[in-house]
Amino acid sequence: MALFDKYAPLMGQFESLESTGYNPFNVSFDRVLSPTEGVIAGRRILLLGTNNYLGLTYDPDVIDAAVAATRSLGAGTTGSRVANGSYGGHRQLERHLADFYGRQHCMVFSTGYQANLGILSALAGKDDHLILDADSHASIYDGSRLGHAQVTRFRHNDPDDLDNRLRRLADTPGDKVIVVEGIYSMLGDTAPLREFVEVKRKWGAYLVVDEAHSLGVLGRTGRGLAEAAGVEDEVDFVVGTFSKSLGGIGGFCVSDMDGFDILRVASRPYMFTASLPPAVVAAVTEALNQLRHRPALRQQLMDNARRFHAGLGDLGFHVGPEASPVVSAIMPDPKTAFAFWTRLLEAGLYTNVSLPPATPKGLALLRSSVSAAHSRSQIDHALSLFADTGRELGLIPAEPAIPTWVKHPTATLAGAEPQDALAIGFRSQLLARLAAPSKAMAKYYSAFRRQSPGRARIVGDK
Amino acid sequence: MQNSAEQIRSLVFDALRAALDRPVEFSDDTNITEGLGLDSVAVMDFVMEIEDALDISIPLDRIAEVKTVGDLVAAAQDLKGGR
Ligand SMILES: Cc1ncc(COP(=O)(O)O)c(C=O)c1O
Repeated sequence: MALFDKYAPLMGQFESLESTGYNPFNVSFDRVLSPTEGVIAGRRILLLGTNNYLGLTYDPDVIDAAVAATRSLGAGTTGSRVANGSYGGHRQLERHLADFYGRQHCMVFSTGYQANLGILSALAGKDDHLILDADSHASIYDGSRLGHAQVTRFRHNDPDDLDNRLRRLADTPGDKVIVVEGIYSMLGDTAPLREFVEVKRKWGAYLVVDEAHSLGVLGRTGRGLAEAAGVEDEVDFVVGTFSKSLGGIGGFCVSDMDGFDILRVASRPYMFTASLPPAVVAAVTEALNQLRHRPALRQQLMDNARRFHAGLGDLGFHVGPEASPVVSAIMPDPKTAFAFWTRLLEAGLYTNVSLPPATPKGLALLRSSVSAAHSRSQIDHALSLFADTGRELGLIPAEPAIPTWVKHPTATLAGAEPQDALAIGFRSQLLARLAAPSKAMAKYYSAFRRQSPGRARIVGDK
Repeated sequence: MQNSAEQIRSLVFDALRAALDRPVEFSDDTNITEGLGLDSVAVMDFVMEIEDALDISIPLDRIAEVKTVGDLVAAAQDLKGGR
């Protein structure tokens, strides 16, 4: 037992969760019926926590492709692409992705997590520098640790802070590689990519963008935030995953950089793991085809995202600064997040709980992800369950009223400390709905930052 | 600008005090995560304040080595060359 003594605090937390009957980190689906419905403990549940952005998991053509590939090529590859050989499908998928992005090179990895491990650890060597957005996904942090580069972080979505940190490194030898994400998976906010590109140019750094949550979501053709921001030429490496909008599993990196293919024999997370099975490769290839040829899916997804994000905001929940398929309601503390999550599940709605340190600023989040496959009535039903639960728990006003301090921004906040970070953030967010979205975001975060460098103080949190 | 070792020490103490949401007594020997209840991200966040105040970068592997408040003071002094 001594070996696990170090996990005693974590075990305590886990056990206290189990004793409440449901544990958000240990959910098991009896069956999944469609991209938007499943069965848990014998009950039909509306799914709002899946990352299944385009709803392609049950697309008949995607399934047919997977079945046909399994019949003709078998269930698995039983080895790594380097040691045991690639199949034609791996190469074809790489060509299709390179073509989709208009880039010369593509490498496919067995998961999105490994794509970050494989790319970041191989790009930056011992004397190089990785500069990460502070809110980066765990796979970006882990990929940084797997390599031998010096790693520093800059404040989330803050180009001035990035500039400052590159300035400090200016006299230090070695290449500088900046890593940001398209849509951030916790609050659904996007990176100010144009500003980052300016900073990158100024210091001669390289730029990696992880489009895990923005592939198939943003951009005219669905290539992600770099396309939406019109800066694809300045993004040296795009990393992404097949596990969200493409409904499968796997990861990739595309680039135009000469010599890119050397990474196939330098990147350990590419070399020393088994390649994707034929079924997955075929399904993802078909899903990419659907992504490219059905732009209506993206439209439907964003309509749902806006409806849900605005709906929660109007009810009085504190939500992220912009509408995206990731919609998180900020909870006062982890206990309330669990209570909220459990009540929603009991009412037939599945969401996610996200806790620090996986979340920014020590926030406890009730996280939802919407899909193009959700009907309008499903979104509205979810909103009504959020409304009921929020009122039961006293998190939102009894009636959906616009609080006076929104209408009169200079008035003191009723029922909350005026210096309360969230209240300030929330107010600036509402006010800034009228202003540019990037401004709203800056305000939202600077409100947090001013309040406390370590931890945001939350309504009711003493 | 050169900061004396003592200036750096008091700067780290001030930043840590500001990062905690309640007043807590601590000394050079206090363990930052176990003694003060800051998680890994909260530690990295407050280290940013120190980096800015001293205009230095403390790489993540150096932060990972830090266990006590004194370790952090030493790392900052080392990187600032203020010893
Ligand atoms: C930003 C980001 N990068 C990478 C990953 C890893 O992708 P995967 O789960 O497909 O391995 C995720 C999601 O889990 C993510 O949110």
